[in-house]
Amino acid sequence: MTGYHASILQGALVTVGVSLAALVFAIFLGLLGAAAKLSGRRWLVGLATVYTTLIRGIPELVLMLLIFYGGTIGLNHLLEWAGSRRHVDINPFAAGVLTIGFIYGAYMTETFRGAILAIPRGQAEAAWAFGMGRLQTFLRITLPQMVRYALPGFTNNWLVLIKATALISLIGLQEMTYLAKQASAATREPFTFFLFAAALFLAYTSVSLWALRWLDRRYSLGVRRGHA
Amino acid sequence: MKHLFLSLGIIGAVSLTACGKSEAPAPAPSPATSEAPAAAPAALPELRVAIDPTYEPFTFKTADGQPTGFDVDIAEAICTEIKHKCVYVEQVWDSMIPGLQAKKYDVIVSSMSITDERKQVVDFSDKYYNTPSRIVVKADTPFTDLSSLKGKKIGVLKGSTQEKYAMGELRPAGVNVVPYEAQDQVYLDIRSGRLDGTVADSVEVTGGFLSKPEGDGYGFVGPVLSDVKYYGYGVGVAMRKGEDQLREQINGAIKAIRANGVYETVSKKYFDFDVYGE
Amino acid sequence: MRWEVIALPQTLALYAEGLATTAWLLLSALAVGGILAVLMALALTSTVAPLRWVVGAFTYVIRGTPLLIQVYLIYYGVAQLEWIQARWDTVWPWTHFKDAFFCALLAFSLNTAGYTAELLAGSIRETAAGEIEAAHAMGMSRWQAMRRIVMPSAMRRTLPAYSNEVVMMLHSTSLASTVPGMLDITAAASRIYSDYYLPFEAYLFAAAIYLVITFMLVGVFRLAERRFMGHLAPRVH
Repeated sequence: MTGYHASILQGALVTVGVSLAALVFAIFLGLLGAAAKLSGRRWLVGLATVYTTLIRGIPELVLMLLIFYGGTIGLNHLLEWAGSRRHVDINPFAAGVLTIGFIYGAYMTETFRGAILAIPRGQAEAAWAFGMGRLQTFLRITLPQMVRYALPGFTNNWLVLIKATALISLIGLQEMTYLAKQASAATREPFTFFLFAAALFLAYTSVSLWALRWLDRRYSLGVRRGHA
Repeated sequence: MKHLFLSLGIIGAVSLTACGKSEAPAPAPSPATSEAPAAAPAALPELRVAIDPTYEPFTFKTADGQPTGFDVDIAEAICTEIKHKCVYVEQVWDSMIPGLQAKKYDVIVSSMSITDERKQVVDFSDKYYNTPSRIVVKADTPFTDLSSLKGKKIGVLKGSTQEKYAMGELRPAGVNVVPYEAQDQVYLDIRSGRLDGTVADSVEVTGGFLSKPEGDGYGFVGPVLSDVKYYGYGVGVAMRKGEDQLREQINGAIKAIRANGVYETVSKKYFDFDVYGE
Repeated sequence: MRWEVIALPQTLALYAEGLATTAWLLLSALAVGGILAVLMALALTSTVAPLRWVVGAFTYVIRGTPLLIQVYLIYYGVAQLEWIQARWDTVWPWTHFKDAFFCALLAFSLNTAGYTAELLAGSIRETAAGEIEAAHAMGMSRWQAMRRIVMPSAMRRTLPAYSNEVVMMLHSTSLASTVPGMLDITAAASRIYSDYYLPFEAYLFAAAIYLVITFMLVGVFRLAERRFMGHLAPRVH
């Protein structure tokens, strides 16, 4: 019995790995997307809007299956057509990270966009008046303040992202849910193992919540809060 | 903002191309033409083998996650013969063939039956075993013909030959056929009472269900099922169409292990009868 | 790409059956979950501390674990319990656990109830203090004030967040494909994929169906917001 529990714990490490990798990708896409939507150029705004609309309109599972099964075949066709003898294999880990990162990039886009818009414009103007360049302004004035406004939405997106990693079990990644399912079918004890996996997820989300709340307090130093 | 944009984009594009995993083309079949000399054991070319480890005693996993079973041992024996290193890739049963076509692995050694329908999309080696299927329900169920099972809920593995049979013969007889993702999940639901029985390979259901405590009271009913239309010509190793060199190698390996006694040794580990069939 | 396979009548019939299951599952889960959510929101904002703790713990667990595991726990996990197995052939309501649809419905309802309860409780807590004072000043009891002033107002203010939740629930129904015997849109697509080896066509078609339903839902909610939250919209002169 403990052999199975140990394997589920190893699966927990995979879960943490996938979620963190996907988060990095999602933040990257979120910043890009927010920049695109705020740029004012019609084609950029349009592209970003199509991105966020499509993602929020299609279930994650379907996107994941599309990218995993369809994507590999598509990429290989492309390579064959281009005359290359190599073939690419999108393994479940990569497919999971790509899909989840891609999906939550869309949600992060909205979060970051809202956060940037919440910063009074006067701050940026004052920075320019001081002679700061655009990049400098972004890094020293906009970004730190954006973090504070973005935190609630970011926390929410992160928690949902963690839970979405369970879906990657359906394309064969050997993370917690997959291993719990195999263990439960082999030992005929689903309740035991799924409860164990659920407890591990709860631990992960709880730790995240605590960490992000700490971050929130740190970034809100000096801000007067209304009645919470 | 514009520069940030540009720099982020470039970094992103570069990192994405860098991490696109590209693998060497399918292992060159004969040792004479492979880059790595076959003599050096550390450089044995890999053969990626797909398995669905929910099919005791043919393909399953030990408690610490190691693939084991008749299929796995035969795969190891074949790999030793053709001087390759077997690397196992787990795959859900109903996406076995699509995964093969998507080049996620090179062969399927997971109790896949050789049927005319499958031969249209993949190639098979010669068979390495052949066992019939049976219907399994509570042993005291009266049975005259298929309509005796009317109204019963029978679980089958999605994408299997037994599912085709159940949909083609049992469903018209009034049986409620429920497809499952994995055979051991069928047993889970029989055990809990959601299902009345299953149609499965006779050896697999013995090893995976009837010989276990939850199989108490269940048994075979009805005829031995080996209709070629549904069940094909035995179990073989599946590979992509056109891999003739690989096919010849594997066929040669199967003949070799049957001749030199390795097949018998492996077979005796799991069965006390001849599983090769005729 | 072989789109002609999708156009086959039996393929379209399969997708239609999937669509029917999805729609039925979604509406039932929202209905049951909605009623539960109102009750739980009342519990979360009540003065009785143990009630708050128990319901709070429930929403904490629901929001902290993946829906997929919740579905597996209810479908497979509950079936393992000896106590249930002994009763589910004969004793109602345990007989329902044998049914795949019931298990899926239960999992989705509890999930949406957990999230919606928190949304609603948040809106209740944010009700303008002045409105509650006025209600008390007019002689309403706490319960009367809740029923006539606070709850209707809170429900309206939750609409935008709830519309998100409904769309999320639609997407979550795709997880019904993991329950054996449930044929929803995603399960139909998976079946076409494994029968004809056409992943792109099968899943793209499913994605398109979901997209259309999402747009319809968003449209309905925009109309609802205009009707029910018009008083909070920015003034247009």
